[in-house]
Amino acid sequence: MAAGAASGGSATTDTYASARNLLLLPSWVILGIFVLAPVIMMLIYSFLTKEFRGGVIWQFSLAAYDQFFFDRGLFGDEPAKIEWTYINIFWRSTWQAGAATILSLLIGFPTAYFIATREESVRPIWVFLITIPYWVNLLIRTVSMKFLLRDEGPLNDFLMSTGLIDSPIHIINTNFAVQLGLFYSYLPFMVLPIYAAVERYNFSMSEAAADLYASKWVTLRRIVLPAIKPGVIAGCILVFVPSLGSFLAPDLLGGAKNFMIGSLIEEQFKGNAGNWPFGAAASMVLLSMVLIILMIFARQQSKADKAEG
Amino acid sequence: MKNLLKTSAAALALTVAANAAAAEGKLVVYHWFEYMPAELLEKFTAETGIEVTMDTYDSNEAMLASLKAGALGTYDVAVPGDYMVSIMAGEGMLDTIGDGELANKGNIAPEWADPAFDPGRASSIPYQWGSTSFAVNTAAYSGEINDTSILFDPPAELSGKINMLDSQGEVMALASLHLGIPQCSTDRDLLKGLNAMLQDAKGHWASFNSDTAKEVMVSGDVDVGMIYDGFAAKARAEKETLKYAFPAQGYVVWMDNVVLLKDAPNRENAIKFMDFLLEPENIAAVSNYARYAPGVTGAADHLDPELATLPEANPTPGSGAGVFIEVCDEQTQAVYDQIWTNVKK
Repeated sequence: MAAGAASGGSATTDTYASARNLLLLPSWVILGIFVLAPVIMMLIYSFLTKEFRGGVIWQFSLAAYDQFFFDRGLFGDEPAKIEWTYINIFWRSTWQAGAATILSLLIGFPTAYFIATREESVRPIWVFLITIPYWVNLLIRTVSMKFLLRDEGPLNDFLMSTGLIDSPIHIINTNFAVQLGLFYSYLPFMVLPIYAAVERYNFSMSEAAADLYASKWVTLRRIVLPAIKPGVIAGCILVFVPSLGSFLAPDLLGGAKNFMIGSLIEEQFKGNAGNWPFGAAASMVLLSMVLIILMIFARQQSKADKAEG
Repeated sequence: MKNLLKTSAAALALTVAANAAAAEGKLVVYHWFEYMPAELLEKFTAETGIEVTMDTYDSNEAMLASLKAGALGTYDVAVPGDYMVSIMAGEGMLDTIGDGELANKGNIAPEWADPAFDPGRASSIPYQWGSTSFAVNTAAYSGEINDTSILFDPPAELSGKINMLDSQGEVMALASLHLGIPQCSTDRDLLKGLNAMLQDAKGHWASFNSDTAKEVMVSGDVDVGMIYDGFAAKARAEKETLKYAFPAQGYVVWMDNVVLLKDAPNRENAIKFMDFLLEPENIAAVSNYARYAPGVTGAADHLDPELATLPEANPTPGSGAGVFIEVCDEQTQAVYDQIWTNVKK
């Protein structure tokens, strides 16, 4: 890994050196239009003055960020205190997304490991089975979850008919329901990268460890996990990041009682608030947060690579 | 830069809006979802030869945001609620219907011919009207239901079994009625009281759902649900213990209206469409579908018989007055937004 990263890939000669810029042009155009331009637009809007009932006035203002970080009371004229409202909303979303990621990892890792250790000919079937539910629209799957989980739903009916419980377990409109929904929404994003990593893993290393009297636990911790770490990290990022901005599961399964980052931002554009600069500012804070998390991961990864190399 | 952004936003909106060229024989409608029977549109096309394209939205505010982001000039007509008509007029988004342009303007029922939200019906015609209050599962609660305390200070057996509409305007209006204070009050003590009351009430609420307001009641997730009258009628058809309340403190009345948008690409066809919807038979077809009331004289003759006696459409004796949602000024709206954030933080 370290050697490959240093030499910039395995190709020894650069066949397309002369045409490189031209060949990269389509990618740059796509990235420019669909990634760079919207982010720049958002950045600019977050520093503009809000127009009543949506829209912006082209006048520089820090009001959006001020609203995010400082509390000036119900009427906006008290001395500024730290505003905890939005920090709490961000913290709640982070916590929910984190719980969903851990849940996905706990279920996703053994699943991926199981698939990767089957006969080579049946592995595609297992992968196929994992992906089938995801051919259905996310909204429909989330609503189905709601049907399953509700107090008078099939899950509670079943548990009560078996005599395991006397009264329904209340799951719907709780934080746990949201985590369950997020976990279900993004599970394949955890399974597939880990599967790819485990599949590449050379199992004779596990045998060698066993020959050297390593217990199964030690083998897993010291040999298997370090080898498939990039897959695990990729899976965690792929589950965590979309969970952070999600609003379907919180709205439908959590009852929309508390704003999540996604619904807070949506409210600024589609709700009564109509405060576009504030919505843009909250998006910028979210974007910065995600970038920082990704950078920490990348840092640690390169440190680990250096330590190994 | 400014123009570039505006142009790109407009271009984007144009791409999203289906095929909105100003060609003859077309009409582009911006409408709520599931609010217009398909047969009625077919009838319009059969009568006039005008092809109708329809995009949908799910809240007044979402519609306003989309038009503000550059979709104005794409659509001919939209269907905003009462308060949104005044907001759009204030934003200069509406075109004026000239005298004599609408052949059927006389069909508008007298009580809806000169509403406060659009004096003289300068830019709009009635579409449907109804009320917003709440329904109670009488199997779970046998006490008096015509009281806003059911929502804001509920008896113990209903606490935690309440769904609210995820809509700031309607919740604030009902909350003001509950406290007996004017809407959009600028009195600081009253606003503080409103804030405090909602903070307490929130502890009793299970969820905020608008789209599934009917479904959460029918399924038994909750026993009380803030809901529109037509939606409540449909819910009762599926679960007969549900009863729609007309609180003594009052309830919210709303009217959706077809408005002529500024820069409508097919203005003439829009007028024809409005005339078409002022025919009693046609607007009655919408009511029969949506279970709300038309605002057109003579439509009653074409309504399903059971609509006339619908419990959800006929206030019980002793009920308070129905009030429209008021449009707050910028300063008060900022406080309302803050209160709403406090409710949902």
